[in-house]
Amino acid sequence: MTRSPPSVASRTDLPIIETADLARAFGSRRAVAGVTFSLAPGDCLAVFGPNGAGKTTLLRLLAGLLKPSSGSARLAGIPLPGGSLARSRVGLISHHTMLYAALSARENVSFAARLYGIRDPSARVDDSLRRMSLLERADAPVRLLSRGMQQRVSIARAMVHSPQVVLADEPYSGLDESGARALTALLRELRSTGTAIIIVTHNLAEGLSLASHAAVMQRGKFVRYEASARIDAVSYAATYREAVASDG
Amino acid sequence: MGDTLFAAWLIARKDLAIEFRTRSAFFSAVVFALLGLVIFYYSWDPTAVAVTDLAPGVLWVVFTFSGLLGLHRSFGVETADHAIDGLLASPVSREAIFLGKAIANLVFVAAVQLIAIPALVIFYNLPLGKIAAPLIAIALLAAIGLVAVGTLFSAMAANTRLAELLLPMLALPFFVPIVIGAAQATSKLLSGRPVAEAGAWVKLLLAFDIVFVVACAFAYPFTVED
Repeated sequence: MTRSPPSVASRTDLPIIETADLARAFGSRRAVAGVTFSLAPGDCLAVFGPNGAGKTTLLRLLAGLLKPSSGSARLAGIPLPGGSLARSRVGLISHHTMLYAALSARENVSFAARLYGIRDPSARVDDSLRRMSLLERADAPVRLLSRGMQQRVSIARAMVHSPQVVLADEPYSGLDESGARALTALLRELRSTGTAIIIVTHNLAEGLSLASHAAVMQRGKFVRYEASARIDAVSYAATYREAVASDG
Repeated sequence: MGDTLFAAWLIARKDLAIEFRTRSAFFSAVVFALLGLVIFYYSWDPTAVAVTDLAPGVLWVVFTFSGLLGLHRSFGVETADHAIDGLLASPVSREAIFLGKAIANLVFVAAVQLIAIPALVIFYNLPLGKIAAPLIAIALLAAIGLVAVGTLFSAMAANTRLAELLLPMLALPFFVPIVIGAAQATSKLLSGRPVAEAGAWVKLLLAFDIVFVVACAFAYPFTVED
């Protein structure tokens, strides 16, 4: 996959993502309540937490789909929500596939590539589909694919423009073992080429194996946030269980 | 501007490809339009009301309601698996999304008109002849207005649980000036009056189109930003 020229941020190792006291409220409910962190190119932040902790809202804020209620977030130095320039640097994966069921896998990925300004996307589309082992089913309508295959198409769609930042909200949802392996390999490769990743997952082992940073989120806040050199998987699991239990 | 138009074209082409493959809304709209024409025809007493008085009203009522079926589908395809998030997270402008949706809806409404107008002419034995070109112009102007307003309200209604109900409730009051203008202009043409007599109604349609295309394109981003 060809990459876009590196940004100023990636050349100088400045943070590619930076948030300061980022908050988002829906009415009186604060879904994200003051989150601060920063990631350099090639970093990966794994975010864990119980349902309703604000993880998806955090990703939607960083994808430019929501405006912060207070605080700030910057992506490659661009304040969010930062318009087309910021959005062109992000690849968004969700547990919703965001695909059109009547179109084929190839058409879905090609449509996304063109939206991201790739005028002749066929080579990139094929490359992206090949990485997710989808070339053989590339011309099948998405509605005829299994849930796991649809999730692979969704990942191929998110990666086709070689984003500098990947925001992945439960990306393993629906994937079988081989799909999960392909996704993990892809995310590792992206990290090695300088792509920053934020992954929201309930799978601690998978998340921690990829991450350079990790956080447990509860009621909109990071109740624990560390860089991986200091990540103790056992104590993280305990924190995560406590967060889930206290919210349950 | 070039990027916006290109993105709009991509979105319109995608929507039309989906509709061409599923044909769900188009067939429903055409069947509705034809049934409407037939039902009005058999409930009409030709000794009491002249065909040239009845046909314009029938035509525009049928267009309005059959068009709603396509307008509802417009953002329905985006909500199915949160595809709208993929569109909104992409670098295309919100105006391009609106424009793309509006172009696809215009093609949809025009395609329904392409079948319904000849059906009306045949059923009601209308003297189309010389008025065909002005009638097409009126149909196009009215379609642009319906589509601009309908696309905006379709976006607003799409994320609600009562989208099917909410879209007509929101859009129909705004359709009234278009339906009145189009029906009056069509009536002048069908009754053999000089084309110039329909001019005032055509100007109303034109003014409505300019105001609402611009206003809806500006308003659309506020329906998707929160």
